[in-house]
Amino acid sequence: MRYIPNTEADCRTMLDAIGVRSSEELFADIPSKLRLKRGLDLPPPLSESGLRRQMNALAGKDADVDRYSSFLGAGAYNHFIPAAVSHLVFRSEFYTAYTPYQPEISQGTLQAIYEYQTLICQLTGMEIANASMYDGSSALAEAVLMAHRINGRQEVLMPRAVHPEYRMVCGTYANKLGLRLLELPYTDKGTTDLKQVKAALSPRTSCVVVQSPNFFGALEMLEEIAEAAHGADALLVVAVAEPVSFGIVRSPGECGADIVVGEGQSFGNHLNFGGPYLGFFATKEAYLRSMPGRLIGQTEDKHGRTGYVLTLSTREQHIRREKATSNICTNEGLCALTATVYLSLLGRTGLRELALLNLRKTAYAKAAFSKLRGYEVRFSGSTFNEFVVRSKKRTPAQVNRALLGKRIIGGMELGRFYPELADCLLLCVTEENSREEIDALCKAMGGAR
Amino acid sequence: MKDETIGIQGLAFHEPLLFDQGSKGRTACSLPESDVPEVKPERLLPKKLLRHDIPGFPELSEVEVVRHFTRMSQWNYGVDLGFYPLGSCTMKYNPKINEDVWRLPGFSRAHPYQPESLAQGALQLMFELEQYLAEVSGMERVSLQPAAGAHGELLGMMLIRAYLESKGNPRKRVLVPDSAHGTNPASSALCGYQVIQIKSGPKGCVEPHTVAEAMDEDVAAIMVTNPNTLGLFEEHIAEIAKIVHGKGGQVYCDGANLNAIMGISRPGDTGIDVLQFNLHKTFSVPHGGGGPGAGPVGLKAHLAPFMPVPVVERKGDRFVLNHNLPSSVGKVRAFYGNFAALVRAYAYIRSLGPSGLRRVAEVAVINANYLMSQLKGHYHLPYDKFCKHECVFSDARQIPHDVHTLDIAKRLMDYGFHPPTIYFPLIVRGALMIEPTETESKETLDQFIAAMKKIAEEAEREPELVRSAPHKTKISRLDEVKAARQPNLRWKAKGPVEESAR
Repeated sequence: MRYIPNTEADCRTMLDAIGVRSSEELFADIPSKLRLKRGLDLPPPLSESGLRRQMNALAGKDADVDRYSSFLGAGAYNHFIPAAVSHLVFRSEFYTAYTPYQPEISQGTLQAIYEYQTLICQLTGMEIANASMYDGSSALAEAVLMAHRINGRQEVLMPRAVHPEYRMVCGTYANKLGLRLLELPYTDKGTTDLKQVKAALSPRTSCVVVQSPNFFGALEMLEEIAEAAHGADALLVVAVAEPVSFGIVRSPGECGADIVVGEGQSFGNHLNFGGPYLGFFATKEAYLRSMPGRLIGQTEDKHGRTGYVLTLSTREQHIRREKATSNICTNEGLCALTATVYLSLLGRTGLRELALLNLRKTAYAKAAFSKLRGYEVRFSGSTFNEFVVRSKKRTPAQVNRALLGKRIIGGMELGRFYPELADCLLLCVTEENSREEIDALCKAMGGAR
Repeated sequence: MKDETIGIQGLAFHEPLLFDQGSKGRTACSLPESDVPEVKPERLLPKKLLRHDIPGFPELSEVEVVRHFTRMSQWNYGVDLGFYPLGSCTMKYNPKINEDVWRLPGFSRAHPYQPESLAQGALQLMFELEQYLAEVSGMERVSLQPAAGAHGELLGMMLIRAYLESKGNPRKRVLVPDSAHGTNPASSALCGYQVIQIKSGPKGCVEPHTVAEAMDEDVAAIMVTNPNTLGLFEEHIAEIAKIVHGKGGQVYCDGANLNAIMGISRPGDTGIDVLQFNLHKTFSVPHGGGGPGAGPVGLKAHLAPFMPVPVVERKGDRFVLNHNLPSSVGKVRAFYGNFAALVRAYAYIRSLGPSGLRRVAEVAVINANYLMSQLKGHYHLPYDKFCKHECVFSDARQIPHDVHTLDIAKRLMDYGFHPPTIYFPLIVRGALMIEPTETESKETLDQFIAAMKKIAEEAEREPELVRSAPHKTKISRLDEVKAARQPNLRWKAKGPVEESAR
């Protein structure tokens, strides 16, 4: 048994030392009727080489973004990951460690997360950030609960231009506590209707949620929405699913956001068929004690040396139990570390260049589609690296099927979430899509039958 | 023990924060040349939406970034470095092959929305993992969606609430034993339940009469941890389940400690309706310095209609995602779960097979009882009976020397070990909760035992040495009061930050 060092003989010696004849005696407290009287019905053990073959066979059945050109985004983005990221994150001192409860021997994790918190504050334009959460959608749900904790109000304004799965997660979390989500429509710009926001605001409104860039890739007018929300003493919660946009788009903090959350996958984390990702979470200092999640703080030891610790845990479940700000007791530490390494490599100029490249490539693709016969760009608003295309003749499913024949994974078919957009595709273009690929996509779609 | 065999060794560099090094214009970024027209951003976005700079953001070369994180990694203690006996955390060895296979392009470079026809391997893996976990636990279905143990608890309680609501009354209260992890009451509260704490009996287990007294038609569920946080099997679990079911309640099992009973007893056969698995404990997924883990939820058939969407189903020889569950609680996160963690757990189960998983439990329990038997003359053992995966001592014998659990934990670092879980469970004053797991050799356990005995001696003879520990780490004990009273949660520029070269 390659992962179990102790042999039968070792166990024998240990059982003698314990003073029992067999391991059976150690399980004597489990009543016989609660014992499994047979072996587990599972496949027999595989050797390491056998396992490798089995896993290769499974993984080989899947498409991957190396073998296909892909235009899928919708909350999970294909960005280039520099080699140094995996080399550093795969140092086992990082990945085989536990949550850093013992700071004297966890300074690596702790300093890295303190740096992560700083980077997230700089990007979002907020004052404080936590050590990360499960993913963008659950971070948004936690933000909605936090807004309710702050002002005690019950209604959440939730635009339909927010990622449908994020909305669903918010609903799942919020309705247990009696919160109501009110949907807001989108306009022909693909953005949230400010007039509708104003009309829906009331003394019952706890927060207004906005995603920017939103699910359709469009940038929302955050400042105006913030002003409206604050006018009704409600909070503005901004969700960002594509954080590469921070490189070129004004920060939500500057626009008046009270809580900024989002999905950090784009920062060096693989697509991973949907997870693990990381939710980032930032807010104003005034709301520190209402914030969920782990926090790392700087302090010093008795010799005055700088060090980092988990702090403000009096908000948390292991102290506060049922009165805690959340039930969360971990972060997505390794994903946050990955983001930290990635952002350190890109740095102040690199992130801007990357964002600009995404913006320009998408603009190029969007211009091409606006001229492509049989298609139109569905919304007129400014976009970052995603946009919606309407197919006038063929259904999106037909279009995508034809594309697969050319080893192109097309856009997301929006009918699944928006019946009124059943003829639309959500396309994403990143730095990983060359001009040739974009041209090939247009050509294939133009000629798709 | 000779001195040269113990303690922290090697070089420890001082490494400033990312923000306090580098120089203007430096970058490690290598982007392709733009192959599309280089339109000015002002022409693509309205001016008021544009950002020109991120003041204070790092400006470093690749070698600086690599040294920065490599040096910091050396300040960390991981399972690959040594013994990590954190009770209830199951810090077992994380097999290397698992770290290779999750990164196969068909897994790590697959998009969650790619067509099902092009994700058959990933879906098959999820389908089979659900079956394996169901078999190990005796449950009927498993949701793979939750990202962590606490996330699983939350989903589990949501399922119970949804089920009771469908019967007409979600009820008001949840019973939680005093030995439970703090996430249990917090998860119940997030589901809108009031928490009633119930006392463990004198032998460390929940007693049926205590449950019977607290149980009525307003109680939605009981949350038990089995084996519990004292490392004991809840002997009366079947009777407790009967009492709770008798009043129409549900039984939730925190499965954090499944490692002790795999292949020996199945929670589903003991009357449990819902439980969460901690794949990062029992199934060898690395803890990552605080996540990502995965907390799938096993459930009985009556709860299946409420599972979060989508669920993976088999249609002939194809695997599909079924989003159409009209009574579903919804979703607890986007997409399907921490898939890369699921891949590792799958690989682990396939490597060990049925006999291997049972052997895991046996050796984990032998190791824990061996530690307990060797330390029991030296530390106070509040519940003196055979344990399962972990044993819980206290500092009662050291307190007369003014040496406390925290001191013992810190002193262990000087001997090259990660401390056990301390001050938990709450029902043992000054608890030292030790879980060795099956992946440690007898020699390692003997070294740890020797260190613990030495510390017990030191507590009597040189208590100050223990009280002021650790002595060999990069830093000594940190001022946590200062950290909490004057929170410094991020770096800030000391003066105005220079404009970046645009």
